[in-house]
Amino acid sequence: MTADQIIFLLCAALILGSALLVVTTRKLIHAALWLVVALFGVAILYAILQAGFLAVVQVVVYIGAIAILFIFAVMLTRREMLDKGAQTRSNWWLPALLGLAILTGLVFLIIRQPAFGRTAAQIPVGVDTLRNLGNALVSPDAFVLPFELASVLLLAALVGAVYIASGNKK
Amino acid sequence: MSIPLSWYLILAAALFSIGLFGVLSRKNAIAILLGVELMLNAVNINLVAFWRYLEPAKMAGQVFAIIVFAVAAAEVAVGLALIISVYRRRKTVVADEINLMKW
Repeated sequence: MTADQIIFLLCAALILGSALLVVTTRKLIHAALWLVVALFGVAILYAILQAGFLAVVQVVVYIGAIAILFIFAVMLTRREMLDKGAQTRSNWWLPALLGLAILTGLVFLIIRQPAFGRTAAQIPVGVDTLRNLGNALVSPDAFVLPFELASVLLLAALVGAVYIASGNKK
Repeated sequence: MSIPLSWYLILAAALFSIGLFGVLSRKNAIAILLGVELMLNAVNINLVAFWRYLEPAKMAGQVFAIIVFAVAAAEVAVGLALIISVYRRRKTVVADEINLMKW
């Protein structure tokens, strides 16, 4: 067992443990904070996978924007379900069974596939993945249209969110 | 990089299952969105792992992950705005009680 395998396993334990707490904790504000921990673990995974830009985006966009948005939403709506009553459905074992079934099925499929046992080759010297990513996002031969589509989608979602959430309409 | 690709895939499968469990078992609409975030992150781990292990020279995997980031941000913004709007009118965030359009 090499060093990066140990780091991966620690990171996986962090992610899965905090993800379990996200879906089981009674207090929703704590669940949102555990989500931050899980997202941070995923950012570490991106760093291990040598996708540094995505690790930074994960911290800035997911933790900095999305998780904070969740915390604000929990605080704005918390009076209703605060700490009283069940937080999960009465038949929660059915989703648990479904999740376990999907997990065992997927793990079975992944283990049986010998191609998935491979380890990663070194990124060739001279290949600058960050530069390639930037070029791919703006090059007409590559992904400029999906990129623009994503920005239009974000703008539409922004306008829609402001319109829906603003309370006092005439 | 001595980590087999299957480790990432199994981790992502476990994270996806946990997120699915959260989406289906929670009553609070915000908690359901938290589960959706976990599922989207599982998908992103898969995309980046496949990029790194299969085609590190082409950037399709990372670009797709960035699109998923953007879609997740849009989804959370609109979803939480809807929840806050519903809460303002009906004083509830329980998904079962938001049943005006159920027939």
